[in-house]
Amino acid sequence: MSLWEFANPVKFMALSGKVLPWVIGLCAVTLVPGLIWGFFFTPEAAKFGNSVKIIYVHVPSAMMAINIWVMMLVTSLIWIVRRHHVSVRASKAAALIGVTMTVIALITGAIWGQPMWGTYWAWDPRLTSFLILFLFYLGYMALWAAIDNPDTAADLTSVLCIVGSVFAVLSRYAVNFWNQGLHQGATLSLDKEENIADVYFAPMLLCLTGFVLLFVALVLIRTRTELRLVRLHRLDVRERMKDA
Amino acid sequence: MIALLVRDLRLAMRAGGGFGLGLAFFLIVSTLVPFGVGPEAAILSRIAPGILWVGALLACLLSLDRIFQLDFEDGSLDLLATAPIPMEGIVAVKALAHWLVTGLPLTLAAPVLGTLMNLESPGHYWIFITLLIGTPALSMIGAFGAALTVGLKRGGLLLSLLVLPLYIPTLIFGAEAATRGTADLSASTPLLMMAGITAGSIALLPFAAAAALRVNLR
Repeated sequence: MSLWEFANPVKFMALSGKVLPWVIGLCAVTLVPGLIWGFFFTPEAAKFGNSVKIIYVHVPSAMMAINIWVMMLVTSLIWIVRRHHVSVRASKAAALIGVTMTVIALITGAIWGQPMWGTYWAWDPRLTSFLILFLFYLGYMALWAAIDNPDTAADLTSVLCIVGSVFAVLSRYAVNFWNQGLHQGATLSLDKEENIADVYFAPMLLCLTGFVLLFVALVLIRTRTELRLVRLHRLDVRERMKDA
Repeated sequence: MIALLVRDLRLAMRAGGGFGLGLAFFLIVSTLVPFGVGPEAAILSRIAPGILWVGALLACLLSLDRIFQLDFEDGSLDLLATAPIPMEGIVAVKALAHWLVTGLPLTLAAPVLGTLMNLESPGHYWIFITLLIGTPALSMIGAFGAALTVGLKRGGLLLSLLVLPLYIPTLIFGAEAATRGTADLSASTPLLMMAGITAGSIALLPFAAAAALRVNLR
């Protein structure tokens, strides 16, 4: 069994149908306790007060927003190189989830920024790069929506995603160069001695896992819908050919 | 390829070709900004490099859909695609033609418009230099966006949504270099970064744009 077998939508549908309930279940048992633990059973942080608890939504959604774009880049490349039909549908399916995560990260950040920094928005490098990421998602989705033929749309959006990734990375560095920031540096990483305190770390880990699983579940559902949509489109075309 | 360049330039210069439209737009934007922010010389001279950059960028955007759209509609793009020059070359030549009729005039006009905006004396030189280096990247990125949207009926709005985020790094470095130069600070880092973006765009984007055109001509 290789990855390429799942370019056949029938095989993908069969496997994803079996996997999906498990992913949803696992997501429920990680995300729900993670959020409850984070919101109600962690102490208030000095300096931050209760507002620190929004971190359990803010950080995972921000992390997913970036990783979903990376996933779209990989799936777009796979489509360009191998014309893997499921891959490009997954990319389209992921875009809407990615843009939602970006918006959640921006809004929770604004809500958190108001009591902490005294402002909803600052032209901080991290905030600005997220706004730019949001624009890239919008462009990508708009191009999908504008083109009727699904294969043409797949090709063009994949090219856009690849070029866009390069410019998104460039923008990240340009923005860093352009302005100094308010946002704190990374406090969650695998290679550093000092992370956030353990009381906060354990529920955060649960929330991060939960968000990843939530994304996997949503992307599977949406990819299945997309594949059915393509099939419907093909059937529709065939019927019309018969009539004509 | 030279014949194609000459043809494109002639078409653009002719009546209805849109030559000068970008320049007029640039002039109007530079006239409107003081109405919006007030005529104080101090404020105007501080924001002048940034406004000139944003104005040039928008003026450039205005004529992007002409790069391929007309040739696509009357079928000459299909003929060009079957011609013995590679698609990448066609894209590069068309981007060059676009730069010659919009980017270059904008660059030449910017120092003059800078006077309207109370730009201080080294600023004229810096706005000219940064636009001269930066506008080829704008034309090339724009040609890529135009290649993506050429098959669409009303691609104009979508084109700006696709292209403007891609313009961000060029704008940041260009405006930063112009601002620093005007304030007599060292501007070589942003200037070199912008030159890098321009060089990279010219080297790589013709391939992406040609791939998009081939899909659209399929």
